[in-house]
Parts: sequence; C-alpha cells; structure tokens
Amino acid sequence: MNILLETVSVPTLPMVWFLLVAVLWLGFFFLEGFDFGVAMLIPVLGKNDRDRRVVVNTIGPVWDGNEVWLLTAGGAMFAAFPGWYASLFSGLYLPLLLVLVGLILRGVAFEYRSKHPGTRFRAMLDWFAIVGSFLPSLVFGVGFANFVIGLANDGLLWNGSFWGLFGPFALLGGVMLVVLFLVHGSAFIALKTKGHIHERAEAFGGRVGFGAAVLVALYVISQNVFYPATSEFGDFSLAAWAAGIVAILAIVGATLMIRKGRDGWGFILTGTTVLTLFIGMFLRMYGNLGFAQDESRPVEERLNIITAASSDTTLTIMTWAAVIFVPIVLAYQSWSYWVFSRRISTKNIPEEVSAVA
Amino acid sequence: MDAVTLARWQFGITTVYHFLFVPITIAMSMLVAVLQTMWVRTGKDAYLRLTKFFGKLFLINFALGVVTGIVQEFQFGMNWSEYSRFVGDVFGAPLALEALLAFFLESTFIGLWIFGWDKLPKKLHLLAIYMAAIGTMVSAIFILAANSWMQNPVGTVFNNGRAELDGVAGFLEVLTNPVFLVTFPHVIASSYMVAGGLMAGIAGWHLAKIRRDGEQRPGDTGGYRSAVRLGAWVMLAASVVTVITGDLQSKAMTQVQPMKMAAAEALFDTERNAPFSILTIGNLDGTEEVFAIKVPGLLSILSGHEEVKGINDLREEYETQGFRQFDGSQTSIQAQYADELAANYPGLDPMPIVPVSYWTFRLMIGLGMIGAAIALFTLWMTRKDQLPAPSRLWTWAMFAMPLLPLFAISFGWIFTEMGRQPWIVAGVMPTAAGVSPTASPAEVLFSMIVYTLIYGGLAVIEVWLFLKYAKAGLPDVAPVELQTDPDAPMTFAY
Repeated sequence: MNILLETVSVPTLPMVWFLLVAVLWLGFFFLEGFDFGVAMLIPVLGKNDRDRRVVVNTIGPVWDGNEVWLLTAGGAMFAAFPGWYASLFSGLYLPLLLVLVGLILRGVAFEYRSKHPGTRFRAMLDWFAIVGSFLPSLVFGVGFANFVIGLANDGLLWNGSFWGLFGPFALLGGVMLVVLFLVHGSAFIALKTKGHIHERAEAFGGRVGFGAAVLVALYVISQNVFYPATSEFGDFSLAAWAAGIVAILAIVGATLMIRKGRDGWGFILTGTTVLTLFIGMFLRMYGNLGFAQDESRPVEERLNIITAASSDTTLTIMTWAAVIFVPIVLAYQSWSYWVFSRRISTKNIPEEVSAVA
Repeated sequence: MDAVTLARWQFGITTVYHFLFVPITIAMSMLVAVLQTMWVRTGKDAYLRLTKFFGKLFLINFALGVVTGIVQEFQFGMNWSEYSRFVGDVFGAPLALEALLAFFLESTFIGLWIFGWDKLPKKLHLLAIYMAAIGTMVSAIFILAANSWMQNPVGTVFNNGRAELDGVAGFLEVLTNPVFLVTFPHVIASSYMVAGGLMAGIAGWHLAKIRRDGEQRPGDTGGYRSAVRLGAWVMLAASVVTVITGDLQSKAMTQVQPMKMAAAEALFDTERNAPFSILTIGNLDGTEEVFAIKVPGLLSILSGHEEVKGINDLREEYETQGFRQFDGSQTSIQAQYADELAANYPGLDPMPIVPVSYWTFRLMIGLGMIGAAIALFTLWMTRKDQLPAPSRLWTWAMFAMPLLPLFAISFGWIFTEMGRQPWIVAGVMPTAAGVSPTASPAEVLFSMIVYTLIYGGLAVIEVWLFLKYAKAGLPDVAPVELQTDPDAPMTFAY
C-alpha cells in the first residue's frame, strides 16, 4: 500500500526544476497545441486556397516561437535532469523520430507554401503541415499516457517493447490529444478570424468540442482511477483529481462558449483544459519522471528525480538564468501576439501568391 | 555496421547538412539588417529593394536551418544517451541556455520582421531584424562553447561517477575556454565569408546579365553594384579575420589536442622546424611518398612551437602517461578520470584517421583561400563604373564565391570533429562509450535513411526556390506605411 510508504524527501533544486520543466511543457502544449490544431484544420475549414491561407496565417508570425517551448523543454531536461533526458530520448527512439519528422515537415510547409504559385506544390506543403501536426499530437498523447503508466526500465535504461507503448490507455491518450488540439485550434481560429472561416471554425468547435469532452473525461477518470498520483514522493491524488475535473469542466464550458460565439472565453477554456490536463499528468510524474519505480530497491538505485538530476551548481546557475530570462521571453512573446492581434479574413490575403518578404 | 559507426554517420550527415544553413543565417541576417538600416536612414528605394531581395533569400535558407536544428537538439539524447548522461551536468546547460536566450529571440523577432512591415513603426521593425541577428550570434556562442568543451574539457571535475561543473567558476571557465575564444570569431568570420560571397555572387551574376540584356527595372545597376561591392568587401575582410583566428585556433589546438595537429600534417615523427606540405601523393605516413610540395618550417609556425610532436611519439606518450596536452598538462577531469579511463578502455588507439584529417584541413584552407581570391577578383572587375562582361568564367566565379567558403566550413567541421577522435570528450570519454545502448543498429540505420531522404528532398525544394528568387532579381517595392484599414491585404502572407 502506497499510503504506508515513507515519503522520500526531494532536495529543493531538483523539485524547482521539475516544476520548471513541467511549466515549459505546459507552455508548449498550450501554444503549439493550437498550432497543431490549426494546421490539422487546413483541409476541414479551407475549401479553397484563399480560405486555407487565412487558416495558416492565423499562426503565421507566431508558430516558430511557440515551437521553441519544446526545444527549451528538451534543453532544460538535458541540463537539469541528464538522466531523464538520456533514458527517455534514447528509449523512445522511434516515437521521437516520428515527432521530429512531423516537426521538420510542418516547419517547411509554413515557410515555403507561399513561395510558389503552383497548386500541386501548395497542396503538397499543406499535407506536410497536416501530417506534420497530426504525428506529434498523436505521439505526445500516446507518450504522456505512457509516462502516466510508468515506462518500463532496469533502473537506468528503458527496457520496454515498442508495441507495448500502444496499450488501450495510451491509445486513448493519443486520440484524446489529437481531438483536443483540433478543438483548441478551432477556438483559436474563431478568435483570430472574421467572415466565413470564423463561422466554420465556430461550427467545428461547437460540434467536436463535445467529442473532446467525452475523451478528456474518459482519460481523466482512467488516469486517476488506475494510476493515482500517489507514491513515496508524496500524495497528490486529490490535486490530480481536482486538475482533471477542472479539465473536464473547462472543455464542456469551452464548447458551450464557442456555440454562443464567445470566442475569447472559448479559447481561454480550451487552453485551461490543456493546462490542467497536463498538470494532472505531471502530478502523477512527480518524483518518478514517468518511469516505473521498482520499490524493492532503494531510491538511489532507480531512475527518478533524485538520481537523474544535475549537480546543485548547475541547477543554481540554470535557476538564475530562468529567473532572469523566462519573464523577458514571456514579455516579448506576448508583445508579438499583441502586434498581430487583429482578426483576419479572406480580404486580408494578398492577390499574388509570392509577395516579397 | 555497428551502432557506434551508424550513430556517428548520422551525427555527421545531419550536422554537416544543418551547418550548410547556419553560416548564411548568422551573417546574412546582419547584412540584411545593415541594408535595412541604410534604407531607414536614407529613405532610398534602392536599399529597400536590396533589403527585401536578400531578406527573402535569407528566409528561404533560414527555414531549413530551423527545422534541421530541431534534430540536433534531440539527437544527443536519442543516439548518445551515455554521453548525455555523463556530461549533461556541464554540456546540457549551454544547450538549454541556447534555447532560452537565442532560439526564442530569433524565432519571435523573425516572425515580427516577416509580418511586421506594415504593423510596426519603421525603427521598431528594424530593431526586430537586429534582435533576430543577435539571436543567431548568441546561439553560436552557446553551441560553440559546448563544442569547445568537448575539445578541451575545462572547468569540470569527476564527481558522482560523471562530469560535473567545478562550481560557478567552472561554468565561467567553460565560457572562457581558450579554444572557444578563438573558435567563436573563426566561425563568425567564416560565416561572413559565405554571406558576403553570396551577396556579391548573386549581384555580380545580375550585373553581367544587365550588361548583356539591359536593366529589367530602372535602378537595377546601382542596386546590384552596391551589393556586389558590399558583399565582396565583407568577404575579403572576413577572410582576413578567418585566417588570423584560424592561426590562433591551430595554436590553441596544438596545445590542447596535439594529436589533431600531428594528424592534420600527417606528421609521424617529431620534427624541429617542421615543414607544411601543400599536397602529398603516396602514402601519408611517408613510406611511399611519390610527390610532395612542402613549405619548410611552416608547420612549426602554424603550431606556435619550433618542435612539433609526431603521431608515433604522441601515441607512445598516451600509452605510458595517458592523455596529455602539448606541455604535458591535463585539465582537472582529464587527470581525475585517467585511472578509470585506463581501466575501462585499455589499448585505446589515440590516433584519428590521418588521411581524413590531412585532406580536410587542406581543403578547408584551400577552398577558403580561392574564395577570398575570387572576392578580390570581383572587386577588381567591378571597380569604378565597370560592368563585368558575361562569360562562363564569370558565372562560375559568381557561383563559387559563396560555395567555396561554405564547403570550406564543412571541411573545417569534419576536420575538427574527425580529428578529435577517438574521443567524444578529449582525453576523457571515448566516442564508443557515448552511444545509446537501447538504440539498435537497425533503428539508427532506419532513422538515418529517413533523415537522408527528407533532407535530400528538402534540399531540392530549397535550392530550386533559392535560385528562382535569386534569378528573379530585385523586386518592385511599394511604399511602406503603417496599415490602419482592417480589411487591407497583408504586405506578406503565407
């Protein structure tokens, strides 16, 4: 029984850095979540090239900055928890390859789609964007579900099987995240556009939102029933339940708001769903970093927040860097959203395809 | 092939490919910022046309730099997990700082610059491209500090079974590593050679075309002339800095990695007043030298030491004393880890592949020098009000001007990384020890094929788009003003 276990005391700096890594992942999923959704919605909302350009241009100036949250999360894991970075990235080799392939394709798609007028060229790049957004969404959904379950390991390295990563809960996680990002993306498009694209986005979000709500509810309940956030590192099961319930309420609320045409609230609530959903997962991952803990062995001989962490020196230096630079980054990134805050419509799309830089 | 060899090939392929886009990103962003500054200052359309023209080419290149860079960030964990685990405490910090300080800056401000022409006041919009350009430099600082640490692991102690920073002072040592201090200006200067050459090459090609066909639009001649002169002068000045810093680098390298310098010259036996061979035909170990051109004493000058240690002597030194720098010293971790290293990797041959080191070193220098000569030739051909005559030679020269230094950089990296072998961290960790135990050779091979196919396909699209826009020439420009009509078309849209 977990309740009888003695609580392991985690040193402050690794605790802070687990929190920071979680914040970076949350930022990534909040921001790139709607990017992924927007790109997957290209064929759904865009009946012709002009429509599709409206969809793509809602994220045009900001998608790259959003993606950097992932690179920073990866870098922060490398610097703060080399053991986590090393075992996770080498273990989940093929899934990560799929993510990288997706990210390469979608990045090129945005930058190059308006550099040539050929319809086949543009259709190909749109598929790059769609597939390149679908793959990472699916893999991250499956991946984080596996972190919730706890990755098999020998105390240092992953030793599970590739096909073992696709259990029912993991598949639910993959499908759930894809659908949630679609709704999050449609809420963003509704907020950022006017005219018929705006109406289509609202119609989509108002319909599919309920599907997302069912999937989120299923996921949250399975997670908290089968994989409660309690371990020798602490009992967070109530907090995880609370976060999960907020996620469910938020996605239901978001759908209702989108149906009423309250775009701002719709987007804030889909965003809240993404954030609270992942807060629930990180609460479960606290201490174990998403790796199964063989509790018959002492904490020091397993892969976890204590053994994977960097030295206090490195963590202290990194903490200072984070304290100074994260607010600065947030400030200028927010400012860039403000600069491009105006809603766009088909009227804003220039006639010629390859306007000069 | 085993997992180590495959992982090395994969790192080589993806990194050399990635670095084809990096020099242009670093230096072209700043040159575009300079052109835009001239426009903001003078208000002349000529500078705006140049800004937009080279800005577009810069962006086509930048896109591939970004997407291939993502692979780099994750590759350490995927293919080199034991390296990452062993060095993460030291090596991870610069990578995280690069993302936090540089990538956010680059990506956010590039977005503001691309889409912000009619949304930001002129000076603020100009600031955006400067911020992006600064971001690329900051990125170079951290990644080169990390790489220099692999060549010369300073500021580090062996603790808890891994490499750890030797306190905050250790971190400062990593950022003031003598190898880093000379590598940074060398990489930046050589990047300016490429970007300067690119600007001059494209403009020079257009000038010859104008002489044959006349101007497409009024003002073209003046625009291309400014670009060819600016680009060629930048390239020439950058060449001088590249040579000076390269010389400092070879001295630093001789000190911290004497074996790399010996392999660069294929010098097997220690020599006083060692010569430098321009080229050798025959066996590089001197047993079957058929033909060689040698400059007496030059190697001794390059290395900064009259007596240059040869491969055989260095190998013997390694076998008896362990890894040593030129003056016999060791960094803290090299000394502390020595016993462990000797016990775990007995019989390690400390010699890199000599022909690779020898030839890449010469190709780097040779191609860079020819590139600089072309820049000089270009300045001469475009002196006063001269227009170059269209000829096959001129076209070749204009294409070669950016490509030669670009390839020189690739060879420089292959030299410095292959010359580091058999070490992944010089004198501490053998490369073979760094590879991921859980990534099977089949997985690494599969991902390598996937990357190669995607990269190959993207290269075709990139080069095609690049040439298309380079040939199209200086664009027409509309007056730039802040847009207040919410229904007006955007000045730029994807």
